[in-house]
Amino acid sequence: MTIISSRIPLIYTPKVLELFRNPKNLGRLEDATVVAQAGSPACGDVISIYLKVNDKGVIEKATFESYGCAANIAAASILTEMVKGKTLKEAWEITWEDVTKELGGLPAIKYHCSILAVGALKRAIRKYYSEVKKSLPPWIPKDLSREEKQALEVEELIERMYRKLSAGE
Amino acid sequence: MSHVRELLSKHGKPPREVYFDHENSGWVPPEVVEAMLPFFNIRGYGHPAITNLPGWEAYEVVETTRELVMKVISARQGDDVVFTHSGTEANNLAIMGTALANKKRGTKIVISSIEHPSVIYPAQELEELGFRVVMVPVDGEGFIDPEILNAMVDKETILVSTQMVNHEIGTIQELRELVKAAKDANPEVIFHTDAIDALGRIPIDVSKLGVDLLSLSSHKIHGPKGVGALYVREGVKLKPIIHGALSTQKLWPGVENVPALAGFRKAIELAFENFEANVAHMRQLRDKLLNGILERVDDVLVNGPIGDRRAPDNVNVSFLYIEGESLTVELSLRGVYVSSGSACTSRILEPSHVLLAIGRKHEEAHGSIMFRISRYHKEEDIDYALSQIPEAVERLRALSPIAPKRKAQ
Repeated sequence: MTIISSRIPLIYTPKVLELFRNPKNLGRLEDATVVAQAGSPACGDVISIYLKVNDKGVIEKATFESYGCAANIAAASILTEMVKGKTLKEAWEITWEDVTKELGGLPAIKYHCSILAVGALKRAIRKYYSEVKKSLPPWIPKDLSREEKQALEVEELIERMYRKLSAGE
Repeated sequence: MSHVRELLSKHGKPPREVYFDHENSGWVPPEVVEAMLPFFNIRGYGHPAITNLPGWEAYEVVETTRELVMKVISARQGDDVVFTHSGTEANNLAIMGTALANKKRGTKIVISSIEHPSVIYPAQELEELGFRVVMVPVDGEGFIDPEILNAMVDKETILVSTQMVNHEIGTIQELRELVKAAKDANPEVIFHTDAIDALGRIPIDVSKLGVDLLSLSSHKIHGPKGVGALYVREGVKLKPIIHGALSTQKLWPGVENVPALAGFRKAIELAFENFEANVAHMRQLRDKLLNGILERVDDVLVNGPIGDRRAPDNVNVSFLYIEGESLTVELSLRGVYVSSGSACTSRILEPSHVLLAIGRKHEEAHGSIMFRISRYHKEEDIDYALSQIPEAVERLRALSPIAPKRKAQ
């Protein structure tokens, strides 16, 4: 039978509401050094992260675009604040729990928003080294990091559900 | 818990507010509240099945509310109306109570694919008990084809349940045709309709429709929450599904919510006082809102039928490239209260099954917004909403990586 939804109260923190209302670092970055995305339109969540990285490997500017819920927009926005001025190595250390904490918490069902934000960031950092620098530094493992894997899992989960539903029709 | 208070204080009270979320619940007008108040502590605060004055006074409320419900749905002498404590409970009683009382006759149940969760979930529960549930598909506007229904009902079928009006997309089924199609296939079949979103919007005549069971809910017509009703045609067998001391009713235990019943009674009176005028008013505002959105915003899909086959109070559109939950929050900050069929508002991150059933893609369902017009809305309320919606959509589209960029930034 069909999977159907039921509703749940989503109590956002004032920080989430504030960032939703007045997001920082919004929009495309025309002079970005690297861009990466996580999520998919089918799952209703896409985060793009734009980074401008200088010669010393320091993030000079970071911006985002978001298709998703209020938590998604807030998570992407706060992450761009968190990475500004950091080296790529420092930015790589940020976890989705850090982002969630910085937002004052998220409803559990919205944790994937922080996961996608950090997933997009790590994809961007990996991409910067593999495509711009042509080699990975020792602190980036060959295997995907936790958030990169989790972002992939979120994307695949939705793809699976989508296929299941399409097959059921 | 303090979180909620922080959220409320951060949100603040917008200077202007228009509530369009009557699909989910709504406010109760002062006349209705006043009608409820005496029954908390002045009279009728007793138990309606006990022989003392406050008990008899309470019973009077139960009986007169029952009579009024019977009247507005043209029920006949001998038929019954059972009061539950929500529309969900009325639907559960209809589905499970019928199946359990009639299982010797067969085990097949036919429901539509766009029913409310309070019909689908009990049906799923019955599958665990050995019943077989079959879902009738709907077309792109949410209509059930009577021929398909006829083909799906057989001798094993004991129950058919299809809505009168869909709760999300406002499709008004050709219910009489559907009842005929089902009973042609099997005259013994019991036909239930969830008319919760039909009450006060379209005329309901159980005798003309030929339905055996029909669910109603108070809070969808500006009555208080906490009252549902199930019309039961004379002779239809149901089993109680929750158990306890039966009060004035044979099928639903627990003390009747007498103050809420008094409120429901008043809400029905108000809804039917000027029924035709109320409906015409809602329809006019519905069209103003829908046309206004389509004129002002690009890339909008209308979900459900257009015109007379759509409920007079229902507007449901998908704003492409944005996600509905963030739009409900954005509009809330602007004092326009709506809801969405987006996955982001749900427990399992799955968009509305109704929108998927009418063939919407996930990304189309995610941007869906439901508006419900009330007879209390005024032209200015629609004007205000139309002044806010384009800006709200534009702001979120500007954030969206999947929105086509119209201007160089």
